[in-house]
Amino acid sequence: MQLLEYQAKELFREYGINLLPSISSTTIENGRIHAKELGYPFVIKIQVPVGGRGKAGGIQKCHNDDEFELKYPQVFGLTIKGEKARAILLEKMADIKKELYLSIFLNRSKRCYTIIASAEGGVEIESVKNQIIKEIGMGDVSDEIANEVAKEMGLEGSTAEDFVDTLKKLSKLTIEKEAELVEINPLAIMQDGSLMALDGKFVTDDNSNFRHPEMEKYQEKTEIEEQAEKSGFSIVELDGDIAVVGNGAGLVMSTLDMLSDNGGKPACFLDVGGGATTESVYEALTLISKMKRVKGILVNLYGGIVKTTVVAEAFLKAYEDNLIDLPVFSRLKGTESEKAKEMLQGSRTKIFDSIEDAINAAVMEIKH
Amino acid sequence: MTEIFDILRGNPGDSDYKKKGVIVQGITGAYGSLHARNMMAYGTNIVAGVTPGKGGQKFDDKIPIFNTVREAMDATGAKISILYVPAKFFLGAAKDALEAGIKLLVAIPEHVPVRDTLEIIEIAKQKGSIIIGPNTPGIMIPDLIKVGIMPPMPFKEGKIAVLSKSGTLLYEISDALTRAGFGQSITIGIGGDPVNGTRLVDAFDMVKDIPDMEGLVIVGEIGGDSEEMLAQRIIDIGFKKPTVAYIAGRAAPKEKRMGHAGAIVMGTYGSAESKVSMFNKANIPVAKRPAEVPVLLAGKMGKSD
Repeated sequence: MQLLEYQAKELFREYGINLLPSISSTTIENGRIHAKELGYPFVIKIQVPVGGRGKAGGIQKCHNDDEFELKYPQVFGLTIKGEKARAILLEKMADIKKELYLSIFLNRSKRCYTIIASAEGGVEIESVKNQIIKEIGMGDVSDEIANEVAKEMGLEGSTAEDFVDTLKKLSKLTIEKEAELVEINPLAIMQDGSLMALDGKFVTDDNSNFRHPEMEKYQEKTEIEEQAEKSGFSIVELDGDIAVVGNGAGLVMSTLDMLSDNGGKPACFLDVGGGATTESVYEALTLISKMKRVKGILVNLYGGIVKTTVVAEAFLKAYEDNLIDLPVFSRLKGTESEKAKEMLQGSRTKIFDSIEDAINAAVMEIKH
Repeated sequence: MTEIFDILRGNPGDSDYKKKGVIVQGITGAYGSLHARNMMAYGTNIVAGVTPGKGGQKFDDKIPIFNTVREAMDATGAKISILYVPAKFFLGAAKDALEAGIKLLVAIPEHVPVRDTLEIIEIAKQKGSIIIGPNTPGIMIPDLIKVGIMPPMPFKEGKIAVLSKSGTLLYEISDALTRAGFGQSITIGIGGDPVNGTRLVDAFDMVKDIPDMEGLVIVGEIGGDSEEMLAQRIIDIGFKKPTVAYIAGRAAPKEKRMGHAGAIVMGTYGSAESKVSMFNKANIPVAKRPAEVPVLLAGKMGKSD
């Protein structure tokens, strides 16, 4: 899960990383109160869990009430990379001398945590020049390493001291909250030489959630995602009209690829996992029935752990209960698949021998 | 003969040749007991179970259960363990196995925190042990030994090595290979997590010197750069055996986790395009569909004859 900027900054504050005064709101009424508290000038920042906010117009300067009244609703109304505003952050304007880059992330390639730092921050990481990269094992940063990074960045005096302090706090935060990525970009050098985290990015390792009840308040899930998780499924909602269901993440991704290759538009990625039961597949169909855009369902099951007859029963029950009235194009392979085919004969679920045939039929029947 | 075969099969003359003992950690759980029985039915020599607090009992009236892996190893001499415990107990159970001296640990659980995996990899390095997983379907030499959760039907003894991040795609593609007449010498599930005990490149190193291997199939997916590292290694050592790849997730949106914790594209890192282009550089064709894998492999083998 990627936290919003204001949430990342709550954690930064908790760990003593320097921040400018800022307040988040979800209504313009509250925003007005915060504007008075902060005083002009400040920056209005859209809170979305994706990057590229500045380019999309999601960060605006604000010098007076008129600008505020105009820009707050404008920024709040933006959709960036498909993400609507979750909140608005008002933050005091900063008098910046220089922008640095600093992050600690889980380095999958090297199988350890790694620092990336640069004296040329403020742009997206892909464009950050002169990167200083240090592998740090399980994430602990010693004084020695922190000083080394500060030196390589060309920092001196109290700024270097501030940097060492910030890096060590970032390391503590990464370890204690089990982050996959914590990024401060830009980390600004102010006119007085002190450092301020002007932006914050924080990605959690969701598999460690059970050890972090304190992070639960940041969890943001749609109703559908929440239900999927309860059922032990993985779902990613997409904007097409053919729901794609299968067992195993790889197989469902593969089905998504083939459907797209054939001109079909997937409405979701739904992995029912290995331990599917009649009940859980029925729940999957319940989820799909709530997605208004779905016109058909493509099912690709490679039975092994899961009995395909279990799936067939779920479909029959879903029709019987009038839960779904959608055509289903399915390929069921694996244990008891012949029996599953027999069970579904005469229903709106068509069984195909190959996934390619099922996809062709789905694309033919569900026209855009 | 490479190490992984020494562990899983052994050598003619060994008293346990082709019947290497396997310990099942979590044998009394619903999932562990189901798969312990499935592995036995496949012919895997399950010699002991481990469930703390249940030592002294017997599983299915015949397999002794121990409180710790060390006790199980002392009693049976087994060097392989498979772990079916829930993710939150992974760290403790995996430490128990490695500290006791297990040589091959197959870690089935999904949703293991990545810090726990990192810690276990560090211990495994010190001990010189192999970790497969977590979040893996397991490892098998078809028709000889299965240490995992794979269904038996897709697999058949043969001369193609299959390495896969995904479980169901491993079944799917092995099935297609088997039907096309390509049996498998070994199949290794790497797992779908961001950090793997055995990476694709490590798995490749385990199998690249199998003397009678006739071909290699790599089943990758978006996320990380395991595929790119492997392609680079294949280029570096000039590996010439017929090799075909498949990459799942071309149509996946960026910055979304596609079911597997590791299946996520960040910027261009982990993208299908990056993987496909590296495989192309290594002169390895990448199938568009699982069913295309045996077709491409047959083409490659025809050329190399």
